[in-house]
Amino acid sequence: MDLVLRVWRQTGATDRGRFVRYEARDVSPDMSFLEMLDVVNETLIEKGEDPIAFEHDCREGICGSCGVVINGSPHGPHGGVTACQLHMRSFKSGDEVWIEPWRAKAFPVIKDLIVDRTAFDRIIQAGGYISVRTGSAPDANAIPVPKRDADLAFDAATCIGCGACVAACPNASAMLFTAAKVSHLGLVPQGQPERYERVVKMVATMDAEGFGSCTNHAECEAACPKGISVDYIAQLNRDLVRANVIGAGTNGSSSIAGD
Amino acid sequence: MDLISRVPGGPIEKKWDQHRQDLKLVNPANKRKFDIIVVGTGLAGASAAATLAELGYDVKAFCFHDSPRRAHSIAAQGGINAAKNYQNDGDSIWRLFYDTIKGGDFRSREANVYRLAQISLNIIDQCVAQGVPFAREYGGLLANRSFGGAQVSRTFYARGQTGQQLLLGAYQALERQIAIGKVQMFPRTEMLDIVVMDGCARGIVVRDLVTGKISTHAAHAVVLATGGYSNVFFLSTNAKGCNVTATWRAHKRGAAFANPCFTQIHPTCIPPSGEFQSKLTLMSESLRNDGRIWVPTRKGDDRPPSEIPDSERDYYLERLYPSFGNLSPRDIASRRAKEACDEGRGVGPLGIGVYLDFRDAIERLSRQAISERYGNLFEIYQQITGEDPYAVPMRIYPAPHYTMGGLWVDYNLMSTIPGLYVIGEANFSDHGANRLGASALMQGLADGYFILPYTIGDYLAQTRFADVDDSASPFRQTEHEVSDRVTKLLAVDGRRSVDSFHRELGRLMWDRCGMSRSREGLTDAIERIRELRDEFWGDVRVMGRSEDLNQSLEKAGRVADFLEFAEVMCHDALHREESCGAHFREEYQTPEGEAKRNDADYAFVSAWEFTEVGCPPKLYREPLAFEYVALAQRSYK
Repeated sequence: MDLVLRVWRQTGATDRGRFVRYEARDVSPDMSFLEMLDVVNETLIEKGEDPIAFEHDCREGICGSCGVVINGSPHGPHGGVTACQLHMRSFKSGDEVWIEPWRAKAFPVIKDLIVDRTAFDRIIQAGGYISVRTGSAPDANAIPVPKRDADLAFDAATCIGCGACVAACPNASAMLFTAAKVSHLGLVPQGQPERYERVVKMVATMDAEGFGSCTNHAECEAACPKGISVDYIAQLNRDLVRANVIGAGTNGSSSIAGD
Repeated sequence: MDLISRVPGGPIEKKWDQHRQDLKLVNPANKRKFDIIVVGTGLAGASAAATLAELGYDVKAFCFHDSPRRAHSIAAQGGINAAKNYQNDGDSIWRLFYDTIKGGDFRSREANVYRLAQISLNIIDQCVAQGVPFAREYGGLLANRSFGGAQVSRTFYARGQTGQQLLLGAYQALERQIAIGKVQMFPRTEMLDIVVMDGCARGIVVRDLVTGKISTHAAHAVVLATGGYSNVFFLSTNAKGCNVTATWRAHKRGAAFANPCFTQIHPTCIPPSGEFQSKLTLMSESLRNDGRIWVPTRKGDDRPPSEIPDSERDYYLERLYPSFGNLSPRDIASRRAKEACDEGRGVGPLGIGVYLDFRDAIERLSRQAISERYGNLFEIYQQITGEDPYAVPMRIYPAPHYTMGGLWVDYNLMSTIPGLYVIGEANFSDHGANRLGASALMQGLADGYFILPYTIGDYLAQTRFADVDDSASPFRQTEHEVSDRVTKLLAVDGRRSVDSFHRELGRLMWDRCGMSRSREGLTDAIERIRELRDEFWGDVRVMGRSEDLNQSLEKAGRVADFLEFAEVMCHDALHREESCGAHFREEYQTPEGEAKRNDADYAFVSAWEFTEVGCPPKLYREPLAFEYVALAQRSYK
């Protein structure tokens, strides 16, 4: 099949950026979306043009590196997959495909389709961990964890940190990302001692990084390649209210849904 | 070069405990005076960096990803072994040790493997304390499964995402230390060389992948945790960024490379579908529990599988290995699949693939039962191939997956360059000629959490360090060499893209140094690698400039290193005139076509010293003694 691509090109953080038209010819339906971009890049190199910069690594949907907005949807038209798992059989010859980077104040563009997502790391640094030194752990079976809690914690922990939730949100909020980690650690007994301090600090950092507030659009859940539920945002908000009541952490926050 | 393994004396159960008592300690108040560089932030690197920082050392950690959480450890699916014996099925440290030595086909060090089995217990405790959501039973205790043909259930798992959950645990521990200020993190920064001063590793040269700036960092010790080199084959299950650059550059500065030809091929991957294929996707080996593997009896039979009657199907694993059948070990299943395809009996559009058929299992157990067991895998398969595996047999083909070889290290995980430590897949230490399923995660975390943090202290406590900052001349000199190489890559300005060279190298290595190797093929491969390397340096086209984010340039540097490394891999395979584990030499097989190990002449680790690009490396041997597990031949008939 033949496609027309409109790809966002931007040389660096200070460049304004623009869409550039490319033609992708003889695209096989068995190609992944990123393999299609590989082939376009090979033709650009042949012509002596700068290839399109895009982030990718594992190409099996788990590392969270890739992520572009395809025709307005983060990771493309299907739910539950990353861009690297999207195959070209989802398109038909003659389609026009618009490809652009995540758009969010907290994710500045570095080049073309690559953005800086280190704000996510800083949210984790604010409390997305359990403070346990190597060597100080009790036997792994010393504390039983109800299976239901372990499964719910796992569902939250499957977040790959790709940032599609932020790109999908009209407010560019990082609530789903933050809530997934708060919930994962808040659902296991090992995470209880720091539970309320954690939620306050992580939410405060999220706000300080320039992410918007959550206003319950749930676009994040629809875009999340791992199907992480907005129920975890409700869980975060419950923990945050309780944290404010008991005075955990340093101060409150304005990120409660509906605020 | 001296290969001193530093394996402590005494009975095997006591070696590590005794060794820890003998290791020198660094005074708590002095730890902050030592700087340690950790390159790579996968399971081994992140766990080491976090633990060293907790101890009080000042750590600088480097990764080429945008975040340490992206390292390829994240993609490990199956699980992590530990000799907890929670299932009361007779597991023990001894049994895990025994299985690993035997599984490695007697080409690993007994003392290292025993220590690994001992430490496996602590790893699970540590990960659970970090909040890793392992699978649990209804009573709230940890669940286990049997994996990779093990006779006991010792594998801990978090659905099919065990690597992800373990890496996030280590990543979070690392982020905590970054927040405290004990680890300085350098993401999007690629190590391009190490700096050796007065014979010791004292720093590294890096390139900032956003600005292109080349700079140096000094430290008292350097730790490489930079993973394996399966991408020498171009198509592998590794992430696109995985490369040999860090270990290769260290090798060129004096670190011996051990057993580079020990590379593991995984039998159940989705076959390539065309020339554009960029990587291969692994399908869990558990599929072989219920799927039957076959190819048509007749060459070039291109009827749809449903039209081929049973009498014209060859269930070759069941035919050749009646007792193990479709569950034959990875190396055997892989080699037999390649043979069938080489005979012209392969299936699928490119003729490289064999069927993995669930027809009989669906009839026997129901579609519902198969869906409960493998539903998510069937979905992944359908997503990638567009075919419904409930209706049409899956097509599978082997793919490079893990490299047992790596930089040579002693019992303390130190390479032949004093002060240069190597951990995780990047070293050669524990898996011998073949790695067992669910053992890679165990080794990465054992090295990072529990071994290196002790052993590196001994080196720091005993060494008298000259004050070094990165203005010293070896730093300037190495930095110059790195800059020159970058300039040279950009200056070639030829006609062929980097990927086209990488693809060609990969195909060559797959054909000649992949699942089966021969003297003739390897000798020819060495010649052709040299030609390809010359062509690369004369005709490669790298777009853009060095002062910028430039993915072509990054790839070019890595492929240039693969083009040098590939030669050593072939030399190693050529020299090892036996078949063992994942290394199969066509000349050394039994009349039935099974691997023939030669313990009299090859029970040693091959450690190669760099001479010059294009010249054969120099071989050193570390003899392997088997005092606790008697040498025995594998049999799966």
